[in-house]
Amino acid sequence: MRWLRRTRPSGPRSMTRSFVTPEGVDLRLELASAGNRAAAFILDGVLIVVTLIAATFLVMLLLAATRGRAEILLILWLLGSFVLRNGWFTLFELGGRGATPGKRIIGLRVVARDGARLTGGAVVARNAMREIEVFLPLSFLGYQSAQGAVDGFITLFALAWSGIFLFFPLFNRDRLRVGDLIAGTWVVRNEKRGLGDDLAAGIGRQRRIFSDAALDLYGIYELQALEDVLRGRKEDAVAAVAAAIRTKAGLADDGDDYGFLQDYYAALCVRLERGLLVGRRRADKYASA
Amino acid sequence: MTAFAPAEPALVNATRFRAAHAADWERLEALVTRIEKRSIRALDDEELLALPLLYRTTLSSLSVARETSLDRSLIAYLEQLSTRAYFQIYGVPTSAWRQLGHFFARGWPEAVQALWRETIVAALLGVAGTIVGYLLVRSDPGWFFGIVGDDMAGGRDPSASAEALRKTLYDGGQSMLATFATSLFTHNAQIAIFAFALGFAFAVPTLMLLVYNGLMLGAMLAVFVPRGLGVGFTGWLFIHGTTELFAITIAGAAGMRIGTAIAFPGRDTRIDAATRAGRSAAVAMGGTVMMLAVAGLLEGIGRQTVLADGPRYAIGTAMLVGWLSYFYFPRRRHALAAPH
Repeated sequence: MRWLRRTRPSGPRSMTRSFVTPEGVDLRLELASAGNRAAAFILDGVLIVVTLIAATFLVMLLLAATRGRAEILLILWLLGSFVLRNGWFTLFELGGRGATPGKRIIGLRVVARDGARLTGGAVVARNAMREIEVFLPLSFLGYQSAQGAVDGFITLFALAWSGIFLFFPLFNRDRLRVGDLIAGTWVVRNEKRGLGDDLAAGIGRQRRIFSDAALDLYGIYELQALEDVLRGRKEDAVAAVAAAIRTKAGLADDGDDYGFLQDYYAALCVRLERGLLVGRRRADKYASA
Repeated sequence: MTAFAPAEPALVNATRFRAAHAADWERLEALVTRIEKRSIRALDDEELLALPLLYRTTLSSLSVARETSLDRSLIAYLEQLSTRAYFQIYGVPTSAWRQLGHFFARGWPEAVQALWRETIVAALLGVAGTIVGYLLVRSDPGWFFGIVGDDMAGGRDPSASAEALRKTLYDGGQSMLATFATSLFTHNAQIAIFAFALGFAFAVPTLMLLVYNGLMLGAMLAVFVPRGLGVGFTGWLFIHGTTELFAITIAGAAGMRIGTAIAFPGRDTRIDAATRAGRSAAVAMGGTVMMLAVAGLLEGIGRQTVLADGPRYAIGTAMLVGWLSYFYFPRRRHALAAPH
C-alpha cells in the first residue's frame, strides 16, 4: 500500500515538464491546465455543432430546391456528420500544428510524451476514447429522454460513468485524459510570443549610478518582478515600486519614476549577472549578497 | 544625490546577446511561422538547409541565455521558439499520402497480425454467443424477444410465416440503396469505434458486446433454420457478413488488447503497456472503419441487387479469402523494423 503513505511535495505542483531534445537541451514544456483543456473542448464542440447545423440547413434547402430527389445530398450529409463526429479531432491533430481549431485558439497542441513523431495510431487512439468519455453518456441521456422516461438510476449511472472519464485529467499529475494515457500523448501550451524590448539597451541619455549598497538590496526574483513592472508600464505600479526602492536605498526622488526604474534595472542586472559569471546566483533578497 | 554616468550601452549580457543573434532568431521564427501556417513545402531549398542550423543556433542561445542572462522575456521567447521549431522538425507526422500508403502496405496488416490471439478469442466468443443464442431460442421461442429488439427484428420473429420470412431474404428494395448503404456504414463504424473504446474498462464491456452480437445472430438463425431457410438466411448474411463480422471482431480484439494490457502489463509499467497496446490497436481499429465501408456497400447495394444464393455465397467467400490473405499472408520483414 505504498500509495497510502506517499508524502506530497509541499507547495503548488508545477505544470512544467522536463523535455530534453536530442541536442541535449531541456525545453521545459508547460502542460495545459484542465481549464484550458475544457475550454478548448467546448470551443471545438460548439464549432462542430455549428458546422453540423449549417450543413443540415444547406442540405435541406438544396433538397427543397431539387424536390427531394437528390439522394447524393443525403449520402453526403450522412458521411459528413460521421466524419465531423469522428474525424474532426483526428484530422486536425494529424496536421502540422497538432491541434484542433479550439486548441489553436486557446494556444495548445498535442505532443507525444516521448517527443517522437505524433503517429496516426496515437491520434486515432486518443480520439476514439472520446467515444466513451463524452459521446456515450451524451447519447445515452439523449436516448433515455427521447424515450420519455428517464430512470433516475440510469441517469445517475450515466453521469457517474461520464464523471469518471471527464474528470480523469484532474486525478493525475500530467492532466492526462484516458485517450492521452492510451495514446502516449499529452497536451502542452504552445503560445507564440514576441521578443520583448531589451530593457537594458542603450537609451540615448545619461544613466544614474547606484552605490553597491543600493544594488545589494535585491536578488534575481526581485529583478524579474521589476522587469514585469517595466514591461507592464502601469503608472501606479511604476510609481509604487520606484518609491519603495528609493525609500529602501535612501535615494532622493528626481521626478522621473520610469527612467529611474530603467536605470536601476540595468544596473542591478549587470551586478547580478557579474555574480552569475563567478558562480554566485543570488535567488532573492533574502539570499546573502 | 544621484550621480549620472555618460550615455553608453549598459553591459548586460542579454543586450550583447540580442545584438549578436537576434537576426538568426527572427529568421527562424519567420520560417517556423510559415511552416505552421502552410506546410514544410512553403520553404525553398536554401531555407530548408538553413532550418536545422538556425534551430541549433537558437537552442544553444537558449542554453547560454539560461546560464548567463537574467532577462526573463528573452529566455521565455527562446523557449517558445525552440519548442515550436522542435515540433516542426522532429514532431510532425510525415505527409498524409505517405502515411496512408504505409498504413495500407504495412501498418494495418501488421497491426491486425499482432492481434491474432485476441482476434481468435473474439471470434470464438462470437461463435459461442451464436450457438447459445440458437439453442436458447430453439428451446423456448420466448427468448427471442429478450435477445433481439422489436425494431431490429422487423417482423422476423418465431411467429412469422415461412413465406413472410422468405420475402425478407429475396425481396430487394430498389429505392435509396446508396443512402441505405451509407447509413449502415456509419452505424456499424460507430459500433466498431465504440467496441474499441470500451476495451479500456479491462475489456469486459467489449467482450459482452461481442457475445451479444453472437446471441442476436444465433436467435435469428433459430428463426430461419427450422423453416428450411437456413441456407438462404446464411447467404443473405454471408455476402456482407464475412466483411462486417470480421471487422467487428478485429475492433473487439483491438479493445481487448488495450484492456488486457492495462490489467496485465507484464514487465512494462502499466502506462507503457497501455500506450504500446493503444497505438497499435488503434491502427487496426482505424482500418476496420474502411472494412465497414466495404461491408456497407455489399449490404446496402450488393445484397439488394444480387438475389440468388449462389452469387451471394461466392461474393462473401471471395471477400473473406481476400481479407484473410491481405492480413495474414506472410510479408518480408523490413530490414530496419524494430524486433518487437
